[in-house]
Amino acid sequence: MCRIGAIKSKKYLHPSKALYLMRSQQKGHDNSGFAMVMQDLGGMFTDYKDLPVLSMACTDEGMNLADNILSAEGFTRVMQWNPETNYSENLIIETMPQYVFLVLQYPKTYKHATQEEKEDLLVSTRLKIRKALEKEEKGFIYSFWPDVLTLKEIGDPKDIGLYFGLWEENNYFTAKIITAQCRQNTNYDIVRYAAHPFFLQGYTALVNGENTFFEKNKLFQKSLYKGYLGFESDSQCFLYTLHYLSKILKWPLSYYKHTITPLPYEEIVRREDKDILLKIKESLAHLEINGPNTIIGVLPDGTVFTCCDSKKLRPVVVGGTDETVVITSEVNGINEIIPERNWDEDIYPHERETVIINNDLKVEKWQQ
Amino acid sequence: MATVRVNELSRDDLSWQIEYDTHRCTFCGKCVASCPFGSIEASVEKRRKVTSQGLTPTPHVKFETMPIIRQVVNISNYCRGCGICEKVCPNEAIKPVRNPDNKFAMKIRGYTGNSHTRGGRSNLNSEDRALDKIIVGRISQMTDPSLDAQRHTFDMLAPLGRILPPEQLPFSVKDGKIELSEKTPPVRWVYPVIIGDMSIGALSCRMWEALSIATAYLNEQAGIPVRMCSGEGGMPLRLLKSEYLKYFILQIASGHFGWNRIVAAMPEMQEDPAGVLIKIGQGAKPGDGGLLQAKKVARHIQEIRGVPKADLLSPPNHQGLYSIEESVQKMFLSFNAAFKFRVPVAIKVSASATSVSVYNNLLRDPYNIVGGFFLDGVFGGTGAAHEISLDHTGHPIVSKLRDCYNAAVHQGKQGQIPLWAGGGFGMTGNLAADAIKMICLGANGIFTGKLMLQLAGCVGNDNGKCNACNTGLCPVGICTQNPVLTRRLDVDKVAQNVVNYFLSLDSEVKKILAPIGNSSLPVGRSDALVSTDKAIADKLGIQYGC
Repeated sequence: MCRIGAIKSKKYLHPSKALYLMRSQQKGHDNSGFAMVMQDLGGMFTDYKDLPVLSMACTDEGMNLADNILSAEGFTRVMQWNPETNYSENLIIETMPQYVFLVLQYPKTYKHATQEEKEDLLVSTRLKIRKALEKEEKGFIYSFWPDVLTLKEIGDPKDIGLYFGLWEENNYFTAKIITAQCRQNTNYDIVRYAAHPFFLQGYTALVNGENTFFEKNKLFQKSLYKGYLGFESDSQCFLYTLHYLSKILKWPLSYYKHTITPLPYEEIVRREDKDILLKIKESLAHLEINGPNTIIGVLPDGTVFTCCDSKKLRPVVVGGTDETVVITSEVNGINEIIPERNWDEDIYPHERETVIINNDLKVEKWQQ
Repeated sequence: MATVRVNELSRDDLSWQIEYDTHRCTFCGKCVASCPFGSIEASVEKRRKVTSQGLTPTPHVKFETMPIIRQVVNISNYCRGCGICEKVCPNEAIKPVRNPDNKFAMKIRGYTGNSHTRGGRSNLNSEDRALDKIIVGRISQMTDPSLDAQRHTFDMLAPLGRILPPEQLPFSVKDGKIELSEKTPPVRWVYPVIIGDMSIGALSCRMWEALSIATAYLNEQAGIPVRMCSGEGGMPLRLLKSEYLKYFILQIASGHFGWNRIVAAMPEMQEDPAGVLIKIGQGAKPGDGGLLQAKKVARHIQEIRGVPKADLLSPPNHQGLYSIEESVQKMFLSFNAAFKFRVPVAIKVSASATSVSVYNNLLRDPYNIVGGFFLDGVFGGTGAAHEISLDHTGHPIVSKLRDCYNAAVHQGKQGQIPLWAGGGFGMTGNLAADAIKMICLGANGIFTGKLMLQLAGCVGNDNGKCNACNTGLCPVGICTQNPVLTRRLDVDKVAQNVVNYFLSLDSEVKKILAPIGNSSLPVGRSDALVSTDKAIADKLGIQYGC
């Protein structure tokens, strides 16, 4: 079982918080990697909130390929940050030659483009770069989106933290939302793309569990949108369904739970909204997720939420203060970084619940 | 010297020979009275016995005339091997024995000049089932927990009806809630096993009644929403007007029998039927019509179907349909309209090399009125068919269903027209295993017919035993209108067997779902299957294991 965590705060936090959150929960394979998505960036990225940030790990050749594609599309560099790395032979880490975080300006031709056109360009460009890098493993492109930064690496999280200098708190590399996991996908070949969190167009998801309907989810999602690809992990399906419902169908978040874990027929027919729920159950039957799961999701507006499978087979806990709220697999993670909170207010969501944290850190509980 | 009549039909030519033990026989006559085919008769036999009692041979010849039971040997009354004589004999004195050296298939054609007809289903390669070479092999161990079949709840229903893709749902969002702004096609959620279309006519009214009682009981008392399809020819008027109509799918086939009565009953219907099934073809005799001989058109059948006592011919095709467009427009629209678009309308076709094309076309149906695609495979059963059709035409169901599912996936339209498969499921007695495997391959559900008959006491098998459904002389009262024979069927007992079977099926389905960690039907979850046959694994796109 992999542990997952999300921190949402009113103030900018350094990713060391995520390392401390996850380290205390580590067991078994939980030390096989570290991956995080930072959203609502602070520090050196504060002035570039509207510009897309490219997060990539690659070879020198991979960097050239990406540069050529970005230039051809008309993107221009605004700012580049290459984290300072501290190599030591004792570190357990499988490094890539370059870690690139590039802030780019949209092509001039997109000056009057709609938001939708810009968003589509970002996905298309990311997919082009991804395809180019795939040959001979020249690199991995994790996200290309405004105000979002992604880092994924293989190795011991402690050593990954040391390598990137992430243990030392500072105020130039921060964000208000950080989602993280300390594990690679150990079921199959270790592939960087398979590490949670997954990100697409402002939506982030990370999951602890097993998607037994992976096959049918995958076959269905493949035909829905060009960005639904990869499928290196069965958990990517959770992200794609979240994106499909929210971004493409434009349904309220409350229907996410109804889609991935629909209520049994007998219960639906007793409800007032039975017509809607039955249509969802029928129409999106291939997006149902059956199996033990805990999901943490982030929406483009900064809302963070969590829900579980229909039998509540995996743990999750929500706890926090007025300033910071944490969702994570096990409570000792929260104890580590917010010991001063009121522990009685911790929430252990049940199988029908979706717990939502909005930008005021107001916690809501929705019942399915 | 006696003449050797080599060209006469002899006992040695027959598929079944009566083995009779005169020493055990009490001449009670039950066997002769119960054999519906007249294959045995009471007779006498001359015996010549030579005895000698002295020290030197002093032969005494004694002639005896013995009453015996004798097999009738002619082209009409040949033994079908049904074994009713053995069942009724109090002393185990008589039974049919399979004759492996028989020449019957040749002889009957040589003698009659007609295409040979029989009932049952394909007798060729019926034991070589693809489903038996597939196992549910993705058992949850460690990475995710198995469920508990006794403790957990399972949602095991399947849709029947046209399912709109999400982008076509007439949804609007108001105050954070989705609202439905238009009517959508009707969809029923039903048990994933439908009792398949066997008509009153093909079945005795008592057999049909038993199935309908079982269906109602399963719904009303057992909470298992099984639906039963009427078969062609309609239903009793009283049932049409009853509250139980909601458990029945009305069938219309190429003869359109019974529909004038159904239409006439509509104003008085309390409930809508569960669906309408347009039958284009059936797997046992694809491309062949049906014939209910005048002798089977009993009074109650005349009443239900609204016909005189005459041969009732269902043509091999729907005479008014020329193309897929017409099929969708004419038949689907008219039957959707008949119930004011409140009842799902589905279509049943024989599995065929062309099934994928048909399904592709239906999936592109612009009217959203095709509510199900029922695919019937080569091992489907029938009341009567030409043997050549039964044994040599049709298409295996497993790969064809998979092909159709894959075609839907290719179009990105999986699930929009529910796939239901039939034809030989439960042949080994375990319908639950067959059902789940088909569901993993992409079926939403399955339909079953022959198994229900076997539960009712059908003595036939897929190796030439009985197969006399076409004669109207079913020895157990299932496929006959003969009032004497139908009395052999205990309606309540049959209904009870069917109900019990579904109860066990229900728990067995859970016994498969639980270890693969699923609480709802794993439609299209082909990664849960493993085949021990490489060719099958490759064809179906599932894992191979050895």
